[in-house]
Amino acid sequence: MNDDKIEVPKNSPNGTVETRFFDFNNFVLENGDILPQIRIAYETYGKLNEKKDNGVLLCHALSGDAHVAGISKETGKLGWWEFMIGPGRAFDTNKYFIICSNVLGGCRGSTGPSTGDPRKNAPYGAEFPDITIKDMVNVQVKLVEGLGINKLFCVSGGSMGGMQVIEWAYSYPDRVVTAIPIATTFRHSAQQIAFNEVGRIAIMSDPDWNNGNYYSGKKPENGLAIARMIGHITYMSDDSMEEKFGRRTRQAVKGAKKLNTGFEVESYLRYQGEAFVKRFDANSYISITKAIDFYDAGNNQDLIKHFYNTNIKFLVISYSHDWIYPPYQSKEIVKVLKFAQADVTYCDISKSYGHDAFLIPHEEQGVLIGHFLDNNYQKYLNRAKA
Amino acid sequence: MQRLDYTIILDIVEKNSKVLDLGCGDGELLRLLEKKEGVEGVGIENDEQMIYSCVKKDVTVEHADIDKGLHDFPDKFFDYVIINFTLQETKKPSKVINEALRVGKHVIVSFPNFAYYKVRLFLGLKGKTPSTEALPYRWDESPNLHYFTIKDFLEFCSTEGIKKERFTGFTGKHEVKFLPNLFAEKAIFLLTK
Repeated sequence: MNDDKIEVPKNSPNGTVETRFFDFNNFVLENGDILPQIRIAYETYGKLNEKKDNGVLLCHALSGDAHVAGISKETGKLGWWEFMIGPGRAFDTNKYFIICSNVLGGCRGSTGPSTGDPRKNAPYGAEFPDITIKDMVNVQVKLVEGLGINKLFCVSGGSMGGMQVIEWAYSYPDRVVTAIPIATTFRHSAQQIAFNEVGRIAIMSDPDWNNGNYYSGKKPENGLAIARMIGHITYMSDDSMEEKFGRRTRQAVKGAKKLNTGFEVESYLRYQGEAFVKRFDANSYISITKAIDFYDAGNNQDLIKHFYNTNIKFLVISYSHDWIYPPYQSKEIVKVLKFAQADVTYCDISKSYGHDAFLIPHEEQGVLIGHFLDNNYQKYLNRAKA
Repeated sequence: MQRLDYTIILDIVEKNSKVLDLGCGDGELLRLLEKKEGVEGVGIENDEQMIYSCVKKDVTVEHADIDKGLHDFPDKFFDYVIINFTLQETKKPSKVINEALRVGKHVIVSFPNFAYYKVRLFLGLKGKTPSTEALPYRWDESPNLHYFTIKDFLEFCSTEGIKKERFTGFTGKHEVKFLPNLFAEKAIFLLTK
């Protein structure tokens, strides 16, 4: 998800959408800690059918939120996966009931470091417990149950969202019919951890960091902006950056000092950093990137045993120019699932964009997912009848 | 009318079989095979555009290069491995066939016969690269890397210790039983090891 200043048409087949909230108490984390109160921000699209078997859960990436489609009542912005959701689109709201929630640890309406700790009447801050991808999924399970859904027709998402998809398939195999992990991995490589760590260090080096307890004063905005800029570089590719910016400079600063030459790529990154700090919390950034880095679905041999003969149908998608979650990581997922004799289809979509490709409007992803879901939904309905 | 190679392969593959189609193209053959009772198919295809067709047809497919091997499948995992008009496009046909024989109990191989009389006429009389229905490409545009004949293939099988279980030579819509290496434009073999 990025903050590009693209002029978007202020209409959407999904109309205006309001974020809602789901609350529950005493949530036990994977590490044993208990969060006494949990609030989860979520949005839904389409209608849940009578049998409640058309639910589709979409999982967002690091910087995403519950606002996946439509125009936000709160911000007026289009959702982060708008082109994929709606009547006749891949996640067809005429057929499916789409759910998207902000992750646990996030800062877009769900419980996280910036929300109030009921035990001390102040934000958790740095005292927010360590959370995991599985904790995020366990919270989603509560939400889905709260909506009256026992089994999801599909779970899908890219990047960190893809890790959640894998975790759903791993921990709740009887609650998932189809799974679509996109541009993701069973576990982060050293390179992926390294980039996240530089981001975290940028935040913690900010003079306003104050060990994470900054909510009453200035926030570590410079650090968070730098973390975001580094992230953004890894989400693009050499080709897409060349296409988008090249060595072009901005007219307004021509003739300025060399130090302020104003390459377009520079002002783009600065803008992304500045826009990000307005909507994101530094503690959440640290909390979530830690959860991502520590995620490990398991070693391949165990994964093969675990997924052996699974009934879940998988569609695995990677992007050719994604160098931060390279196609080989998706191929490894495919390999394990094949050894497990799972039904797995794989496509490496050729695009010049990097990791961000799955969020940038293009036809292929929608065509693949649309057909995959159509065919499987037909079979699922027929099986339910039989 | 259905392609004759499809008809022959549909006849060979028995009910309740597990099938792997190497270079499955648009997935049409797998779609037809899966209509047969209990047949479970999966394809491997290197052309991204073909993956979209497969997914549309509800064919399970992996976007991969068969020249890189079939390491992800255990021995004799499939009842049939199909290499339908793909072998001539692979870099190492013998490696592909042997991998197919490792993961499959039977292997179905089809290819254009380079000793077909029309091919011989192109070379022998016209002095030109053959251009026929089975070899439709101009010399510089052909994806084919290997040109071989029914006789070549039989020799190859005997050297490699591969058993021929069934053979059909055909051209257009008809089987060719008389001097197939001369009169059959295409060939299908059922092999085992």
